[in-house]
Amino acid sequence: MSRRLFKFHGGVKPAYNKESSNHEQIADAPLPAEFVIPLHQSIGGIPRPVVKAGEHVQKGQLIGGPDGSVSSAVHASTSGTVKAVEMRRMPHTSGLSALCVVIEPDGKDEWIGHAPVPWRTMSPGEVRNALRDAGVVGLGGAVFPSHLKVNPGKEGHLDTLVINGAECEPFITCDDMQMRERPDGIIKGAAILRDLTKARQVLIGVEDNKPEAIAAMRAAVERIGAERIDVVAVPTRYPAGGAKQLIRVLTGIEVPHGKRSTDYGVQCFNTGTAHAIYDALELGRPMISRIVTVAGNVERPRNYEVRFGTPMKDVVALCGPKPDTDRLIMGGPMMGFRMPGDEVPVVKATNCILVGSKVLFPPPPPEMPCIRCGECAKACPADLAPFEMYWFSRAKIFGKAQEYHLFDCIECGCCAYVCPSRIPLVDYYRFAKSEIWAREQEKEAADGARERYEFRLAREEREKQEKAARLAAKAAETKAKLAAAAVAGAEDDPKKALIAAAQARAEQQKTAAETKTNAE
Amino acid sequence: MLNNSPYFRQPASVSSVMLRVLAALIPGIAVYVWFFGAAILIQILLASAAALAGEAAMLKIRGKPVLLFLADGSALVTAWLIALTFPPIGPWWLVVLATLIAIVVAKHLYGGLGQNPFNPAMVAFCVMIVAYPQLMSQWPAVGFTDFSAQLGAIFGERHLDAMVMATPLDTLRTALHTAEAKATVAGVFGSNAAFGNIGGKGWEWVAVAYLLGGLWLIQQRIITWHMPAAFLGTLALIAGIASTAGPDKLAGPLFHILTGGAMLGAFFIVTDPVSGATTPKGKLIFAAGIALLTWIIRVFGAYPDGIAFATLLMNICVPLIDMATQPPVFGHKNDGKEGGKP
Repeated sequence: MSRRLFKFHGGVKPAYNKESSNHEQIADAPLPAEFVIPLHQSIGGIPRPVVKAGEHVQKGQLIGGPDGSVSSAVHASTSGTVKAVEMRRMPHTSGLSALCVVIEPDGKDEWIGHAPVPWRTMSPGEVRNALRDAGVVGLGGAVFPSHLKVNPGKEGHLDTLVINGAECEPFITCDDMQMRERPDGIIKGAAILRDLTKARQVLIGVEDNKPEAIAAMRAAVERIGAERIDVVAVPTRYPAGGAKQLIRVLTGIEVPHGKRSTDYGVQCFNTGTAHAIYDALELGRPMISRIVTVAGNVERPRNYEVRFGTPMKDVVALCGPKPDTDRLIMGGPMMGFRMPGDEVPVVKATNCILVGSKVLFPPPPPEMPCIRCGECAKACPADLAPFEMYWFSRAKIFGKAQEYHLFDCIECGCCAYVCPSRIPLVDYYRFAKSEIWAREQEKEAADGARERYEFRLAREEREKQEKAARLAAKAAETKAKLAAAAVAGAEDDPKKALIAAAQARAEQQKTAAETKTNAE
Repeated sequence: MLNNSPYFRQPASVSSVMLRVLAALIPGIAVYVWFFGAAILIQILLASAAALAGEAAMLKIRGKPVLLFLADGSALVTAWLIALTFPPIGPWWLVVLATLIAIVVAKHLYGGLGQNPFNPAMVAFCVMIVAYPQLMSQWPAVGFTDFSAQLGAIFGERHLDAMVMATPLDTLRTALHTAEAKATVAGVFGSNAAFGNIGGKGWEWVAVAYLLGGLWLIQQRIITWHMPAAFLGTLALIAGIASTAGPDKLAGPLFHILTGGAMLGAFFIVTDPVSGATTPKGKLIFAAGIALLTWIIRVFGAYPDGIAFATLLMNICVPLIDMATQPPVFGHKNDGKEGGKP
């Protein structure tokens, strides 16, 4: 097979550490004592809870309804009783809480009725709704709702559909193992996506350090007889599994930051997502579990099929964490996030639970000043000048940092990985980005407040003028009446007329004074 | 400090970078000793001691962790470069004063490691050649390798008349521009003991050793090929054109790149990352600019070599060069259209 491949700039070759977890077959993680299923598990709107405490639910039953089109449904991971719908700590570094559905399993694990979706005869909009209601989101880590990506683009058809099986992060083998053991579902899912996006060709990119997966996937393509689907071995170099980097390697196309890849005739799905789409449409099963790698500081690293909402500590316990374990990381060592505790649940974004220790991931040596050696620029897969962004982020000159394309940074960590001064460069970029977002929000809030204030001032001014006008009109009316009365009265009693005139004047002054006070 | 991703790093450090730069200088130093005696080792020791002392004192005053920064090795690199660009039989205080100027003024008063806009070793060289032109021009005659006599020159009374001579660059310029109007390059070469096969006698082999060390640095990915190639290429190109146009009065390209500080400069001085340009295109412009200025100063100026002044002049231009040569970022190279290296 001599397909022309392209290179992306930079990248690094860290120790891959994948051998530890890719020997054992994928095993099913047992039911936990309770599931804590966060409602917000994808990019976009937070699903509304549609169950209440005390209610009985079945496996696969909708528990969170999508909020608008940029959102995705959430389902019960097993049958059981809803114990609470309450705030629980999320699997996020911040340790913030969010609304979760807590389910106590009844042990029967009974499916709700489900049937294949007749997607071939449905309109594109109906298919998208079906995927949204099945809770299918990208399993590569970004958890973007997949239904929004099943889109043939402006031209009405895609040129290339990229299926991402590169899996470039060290330690993680969930895609590798799924491709080895369950290639048929992935290929069938890829074929569905090919038909939905009307793609000319489907390229499944797998890093060449996974020969077993490549062989299994190619065999499945043969077996199924899938047309226009090609499994392509790509050179192993982190971050070859970044969507933009993989698209570049396979097609030569560079999708700029902030642009839709469909505008360039390409779209990219993770292999696990392709399988989930097959499950959702051909089997009618909503997304309630995923394959999770447990690796790092454990006795028996392995991949497990884990239902969403299972506490991470239950999964880690299956693998025998070593006594010096000091943290759980969700994701890999290059881009993963440290968990606030071990009770947080496995969610759709959990591709790996990396168990850490001080020995495995020692604290970085002291940070030294930048010597502008340029190693970071050599390693950057987005062709940025990381040290320049670092200088400006550090000095809080955020405008300049943006001029150096801060927001094109994908936070892959290559720069920090190679830095001889051990500067935590990505932390500086995260800081700068969050500061810029905060300032933009502040500015928006301030703009809003100013608009509201100006509107109130204008409204008060208008009301004053209206009131003054009303009073003036009334005063004039009174005066006219009195004058008329005075004229009438003067005829029979001049003294009465004088009094009436004086009264009218006083009244007028009073009104004027009142008007003035009001006006002030 | 939060410990966020990435959780592991390549085992690289500033000290490992600096130590490899020092290691790359060793072949050049060895050949230097072979031709000109062990005096250079004394100068390297003097400069190193002064650099470490000055660095420690400044770190202490600035409230920085002394041992951590001393261990980074950057002061030693500065010290060795100063020693290697200074006359090996200069009085001991010459190199010590120069090193202190480099470390205290050019480095720490500008903010220390990573902050200095000018190459510290070259600042020291320029200051000293302006202040002590005589001492800076006394280089050992070929064959003057007697260590006790050299020690005497460094630490004792200086009776050097029989042992010193001007550098080949100096000799050539003096001969061509002042003494005899009829002198030609070939004539000066043939009549003066300072000249070897191509450049200065002995110096040409030191230059070759620097070249080997420099190529190893490229292989080690400490420096990139851009600056040495642009520097030597530009110097050779200008010298080639000039010597073709006026072969009697202007020396050829090989003489220029194998003489004076050219080879040391190409791989070890212009490549200083802190004070140099950082983008690939910028590195080419920066090093080519130094080469052009070096040639002009060598041929038309009054100083024995031009690399130091040329480097400082181009250091000034670095922010502008970097700003103007930022490479396009991902997705902005050809508006996303298909293209690139297979």
